[in-house]
Amino acid sequence: MPRRTDIHSILIIGSGPIVIGQACEFDYSGVQACKALRREGFRVVLVNSNPATIMTDPQMADATYIEPLTPEIVEKIIERERPDALLPTVGGQTGLNLAMKLAENGVLDRYGVQLIGASPRAIALAEDRELFKRAMLDAGLRVPLGETVTTVDQALEVAARIGYPVLVRPSFTLGGSGGGIAYNESQLRDIADRGLRTSPVTQVLIEQSVLGWKEYELEVMRDRMDNFVVVCSIENLDPMGVHTGDSITIAPAMTLTDREYQRLREMAKIVIRTVGVETGGSNIQFAVNPRDGTPLVIEMNPRVSRSSALASKATGFPIAKIAALLAVGYTLDEIPNDITRVTPASFEPSLDYVVVKIPRWAFEKFPGVDPTLGPQMKSVGEVMAIGATFNEALQKAIRGLEIGAVGFGAFAGKRLSPETTPEPSDNDLRIPTAQRLFHVANALRAGWDIERIAALTGYDPWFVAQMRTIIDLEAALARYTLETLPADLLREAKENGFSDAQIALILQPTVRNGAPYVPTEMDVRAYRKALGILPVYHRIDTCAAEFEAYTPYLYSTYATSDESAVTDRPKVIILGGGPNRIGQGLEFDYCCVHASFALRDLGYETIMVNCNPETVSTDYDTSDRLYFEPLTLEDVLNVWENESGMRNSETGTPVPMLVQFGGQTPLNLAKGLAAAGVPIWGTSQDSIDLAEDRGRFSELLRQLDIMQPESGMAADLQSARRVAQRIGYPVLVRPSYVLGGRAMAIAYDDEGLAQYLHEATQISAGQPVLIDRYLEDAFELDVDAVGDGENIVIGGIMEHVEEAGVHSGDSAMVMPPYKVSAYHLSIIRDETIRIGQALRVKGLMNIQFAIKDDEVYVLEVNPRASRTVPFVAKATGVPLARIAAQAAAGKTLAELGFTREPPLNGFFVKEAVLPFDKFPGAAVFLSPEMRSTGEVMGHASTFGHAFAKAEMGANQRIPTSGGALLTVNDYDKGAIGRIARDLVKLGFTIYATRGTAAWLHQLGLPAIVVNKVSEGSPHTVDLIASGKVGLVISTPLGSRAYADGQALRSAAIRYGVMLVTTLTGAAATVSAIKALRQKELRVRSLQEHYRLTMTVENNTAVTSHTE
Amino acid sequence: MKQRTRAMLALEDGTIWHGYALGAIGERAGEVVFNTSMTGYQEVLTDPSYYGQIVVMTAPHIGNTGVNREDEESHHPWVAGFVVRAASPYVSNWRAAQSLHEYLAEHGVVAMTGVDTRALVRHIRTQGAMRAVISSQNPEPDRLIAAARAAPSMNGLDLVPYVTCAEPYHWVEGNPGEWGRGETPAQRGEPTFHVVAYDFGIKRNILRLLAEHGCRITVVPATTPASEVLALEPDGVFLSNGPGDPAAVTYAVQAVRDLLGKTPLFGICLGHQILGLALGGKTYKLHFGHRGGNQPVRFNDTGRVEISSHNHGFAVDESSLPEGVEITHINLNDRCVEGLRAPDHFAFSVQYHPEAAPGPHDARYLFRQFVELMAQVRNRRSTSNG
Repeated sequence: MPRRTDIHSILIIGSGPIVIGQACEFDYSGVQACKALRREGFRVVLVNSNPATIMTDPQMADATYIEPLTPEIVEKIIERERPDALLPTVGGQTGLNLAMKLAENGVLDRYGVQLIGASPRAIALAEDRELFKRAMLDAGLRVPLGETVTTVDQALEVAARIGYPVLVRPSFTLGGSGGGIAYNESQLRDIADRGLRTSPVTQVLIEQSVLGWKEYELEVMRDRMDNFVVVCSIENLDPMGVHTGDSITIAPAMTLTDREYQRLREMAKIVIRTVGVETGGSNIQFAVNPRDGTPLVIEMNPRVSRSSALASKATGFPIAKIAALLAVGYTLDEIPNDITRVTPASFEPSLDYVVVKIPRWAFEKFPGVDPTLGPQMKSVGEVMAIGATFNEALQKAIRGLEIGAVGFGAFAGKRLSPETTPEPSDNDLRIPTAQRLFHVANALRAGWDIERIAALTGYDPWFVAQMRTIIDLEAALARYTLETLPADLLREAKENGFSDAQIALILQPTVRNGAPYVPTEMDVRAYRKALGILPVYHRIDTCAAEFEAYTPYLYSTYATSDESAVTDRPKVIILGGGPNRIGQGLEFDYCCVHASFALRDLGYETIMVNCNPETVSTDYDTSDRLYFEPLTLEDVLNVWENESGMRNSETGTPVPMLVQFGGQTPLNLAKGLAAAGVPIWGTSQDSIDLAEDRGRFSELLRQLDIMQPESGMAADLQSARRVAQRIGYPVLVRPSYVLGGRAMAIAYDDEGLAQYLHEATQISAGQPVLIDRYLEDAFELDVDAVGDGENIVIGGIMEHVEEAGVHSGDSAMVMPPYKVSAYHLSIIRDETIRIGQALRVKGLMNIQFAIKDDEVYVLEVNPRASRTVPFVAKATGVPLARIAAQAAAGKTLAELGFTREPPLNGFFVKEAVLPFDKFPGAAVFLSPEMRSTGEVMGHASTFGHAFAKAEMGANQRIPTSGGALLTVNDYDKGAIGRIARDLVKLGFTIYATRGTAAWLHQLGLPAIVVNKVSEGSPHTVDLIASGKVGLVISTPLGSRAYADGQALRSAAIRYGVMLVTTLTGAAATVSAIKALRQKELRVRSLQEHYRLTMTVENNTAVTSHTE
Repeated sequence: MKQRTRAMLALEDGTIWHGYALGAIGERAGEVVFNTSMTGYQEVLTDPSYYGQIVVMTAPHIGNTGVNREDEESHHPWVAGFVVRAASPYVSNWRAAQSLHEYLAEHGVVAMTGVDTRALVRHIRTQGAMRAVISSQNPEPDRLIAAARAAPSMNGLDLVPYVTCAEPYHWVEGNPGEWGRGETPAQRGEPTFHVVAYDFGIKRNILRLLAEHGCRITVVPATTPASEVLALEPDGVFLSNGPGDPAAVTYAVQAVRDLLGKTPLFGICLGHQILGLALGGKTYKLHFGHRGGNQPVRFNDTGRVEISSHNHGFAVDESSLPEGVEITHINLNDRCVEGLRAPDHFAFSVQYHPEAAPGPHDARYLFRQFVELMAQVRNRRSTSNG
């Protein structure tokens, strides 16, 4: 049956900013849905607050709204666009929740918008735990048994019925506090008693414990003919109890018999039918008792999810695209399989390889946060690897993480020894953490039994047995030097995923020129190549080779036949950004995808290398060819040699590579790649080095007569003190060569400096620290520009809303700058161009400036893609990354028609989104250390409205009346007066802590005094809990002062009260409140905005413009 | 890990595939085919339809869950050889009784591991299923290639005599319910039917499912003539799966021809092909066949797609079928016939495996359909008699 003809336009809701639990995968799914539906002739209206997405590129939809994802705003969009249907299933939980709200509050009915893909009933059934459980039981499926009780006796009765151990969960307590696991009656008495007393409603849920059970997921699809397929089975290495987003997962399932697997499949069929997902994809989770195979249904997501993105990448079956087509009426058998071309999508992929996903965490950025993994997801990114076997995939995934690991329990620079591989404790294996996998390696090295390790970790012993073979091979390798290493053993090691760097660490040192010599990665590589032990590339084909695959979606393995079918077309390799982490995420994938499209348009065959399964760049139809590989020197060089025809010989055509779009990851490889003969496109390696080497860079700025904050370098406390005294406190200190302001801090005095150095020595042992003058009260600006080697054109100038000292990634930014004089802007423009020309920038460049006391300083120059490139592109309508990629390929800016800084119409504000709500215990304030996970954009004709939209997009609720709590450090008191006055004028009731209140009283402003937490109840936290204040302005100063306000700021986060931690942020918030009080927010699509901007442009000035 | 013994697979086209010995040490000839099921290697090994075939598994890790009692599809493995990428060094499953290696060795199955199975499968895909020799006994390429070329071709080969039962027997293992602990239909007070099942290499799960649907089953040898079957007064006759070329099983085709119209008939796999031949159709050999658990089959009655379990190297030629025979099921990958129905003769059959084992259970309704057909015919008879 063909597609529906009764609907013509479809609204798609994106997932908003990247947060923990919702990342690039929804850009991937949204892009697939947009592309599929537009190809079918539908008019697509898209709303997403996240400007860094590919899906919000104006050519992806017919009308693109970068607006806050709130029911009010989306209603305005619906009112303007009048879509026939809403597809709620490709925008994550955010999209689903928002669609539900619009259904519940009658907006969809009012405007005659149909929900397609999932009905409100199905969504409600899947989302409500109680309803879901009951429906499953009614359908004859098993779920964890449980009952809510109000007395200890009832608890005992229930437990006797369902069997021990039981989970005790008190109702309505935060984060499950007061609960626990009871293994017997006497424990249950205690825990239930405690739980009942903790619960405000004296209720606890007694539930069958499935901790330690095996966890499986099935990614399934169903169409309106009730055709049902399982796209992929996923087995979690970490058992039940760890969120699947924080689990290491394997596809397909490895430890099920066919009977057990088919039983889950049959259950999945019943689940999706019972919930009533008529078309689309769902993720269904099961727990399986390893002792008797009992399967329980845990939950289902009636939408595409992170797991479905993983399943799509793992199998080559594009779930989101197919879900979109099913939603408009197609059936699975009507949709062709892109990869085989001859077979339909109504089949189940068969995998002849193994996929391993490992999450990446960022606990180092959040000291004080509990690093134990549990039911709430904490990871910020993930890496996926594909290998012919589990061991190969596991080791590839580990080295793809970019955490210094070169293999299973092997870390760069750490030769294996008893010191570097300490025997773990039982708890190291029992407690799930980011390091547990590596503790398992050490346990195996210490000779622990497979069964003991399996019992402690809850890993299925099959996986532990596989890991044992890795450690056995490691021991075998350790008996040899490079010269004596047998070819068979080396081949076996490579087949098991060992990296050259890992082998170099394991082998015994040899003797060279009479001295012991430790082989390097490149030594192993040369030896291996000489023996002809080379990787081949296999295709992901959905069908285990039963049909020919037409899509060059490739992974490396050590086997006999190569399927890469390299062409001799002009081509370029683009290196992606690897797993998401704080400081490197979606923005860089956006740039890589643009580079790929731009270079394909110039006639190049584009070849993507990346290992992040969430991304658009790893969609098999983004580039001409996709290598799903770790971004290590070895893996990238292998791809390059293969594509250059240099696998077996020195003579080939070296393929150029683009390394400036994927963030720090590819840039870190650039030196090694260049040394191996890889032609690097764009800005020269020497220029990159010039910008990164502080000595050389300072010299360059001196020559150009451009100011830079005084700075110095120190390797120990004494010299650090000397430098700081020369520069003058406060100083900005950080280790050399780090990403995202990692471990950056401001020291206000000798003591603070000493404390920092003590901590920093652990951060980068042996590396010196950099000490810069901290420009207090300075304005910071970011400039993104493009060069062609000679000319430099500015793409956009952004002013930070927060003052200097807040990491640029965490600061709100506004375009155009709203508080900078034309004089300073002209200096910034001039300096940008001169620096760019001096570095002969070919491609993207980002410069950070600061203005203090009327002087312009250059803080940093990065001749590569920056985090702000997509934001600038969305604000200006100029595809900066595309132009830069083509410039890197040799086009001049004149040829590309990009010769002047693009004009702006209205204000564009980018706001950062921080994960404090996910990390109770994290210090809540903005600092030089970047901690945001994502960003949103707001645009409007005034700054206040644009800022208000950005804050709303970032889930901040801007109050327009009510109470405001002010507590600022002495240093900020001078400036708080004006903000308080404005708030009073706007009718706010001001509450303030003693010192702040005293100051306000002196200024003649009313303020109700509130105790600090340390002064006793009723205090600030009580005030927040009471709901009387809608705004908290709390500015900390210095590391000690941070602690005082921590309880207050955490409370604001917990109760969802708008929290501002800088005065500049507070001033901007006041502008937003004023704007909201004056005029309602309006929405406008990007397409319309660009059209208007062009019209304004054409009417006002340009007559000489020729095309 | 123990010292590994080298093993080799030689194909009649002269290609040699290397690996290490698994299971029994020895040398066997057969037709090399591949199976894309990701689970269920034990069911594959014990499916008599694989008699005379060297099966290559595309899933890389085989043996992870060991071998257990309940999942056998017959009393021992039938494959001529077994080829895998990575045989598991460890068994992990609560039902496992034995490791795969021990099981293969115990039953004399010559197998190999460490093979680049993807390359081998791509070779078979392009070159077709062909004769081969697997050896872990001083393998030498020239000798093995010669032996492969000397092996009989599957075309025209009747392999049923090797796998069928010698004497008729009653299937007593009720085995209803998931793990064989449920009530039987008789216990539930549902009607029961006497089914005579031709054993061309029958899989136990077919018998289990027939039993679960209320059938008392008499299993008879493949050569049993129609008259003997009718003398047992069956409510219906089942034609089982089995190995080899259907066109060579002439005695069974004759028997089925004699049964047409006299009793309801349900055929699976080889049984389907034999029914097709008995109805006057022709069969042909597929290039490399269908073997796996992910094949889309459309049931024309409903338009719905079943994900189904397949194991066939031959198929019924649609154009050869006479009038009065309907094509009920087609394979959406290559459009080949997967099911037919001859309403005048109360007969229907499917090429694929509704009993799964291994594979998805989407097509179980066919057993119900058979029972309904028998009930219908029985009712008609009782009405016409009364």
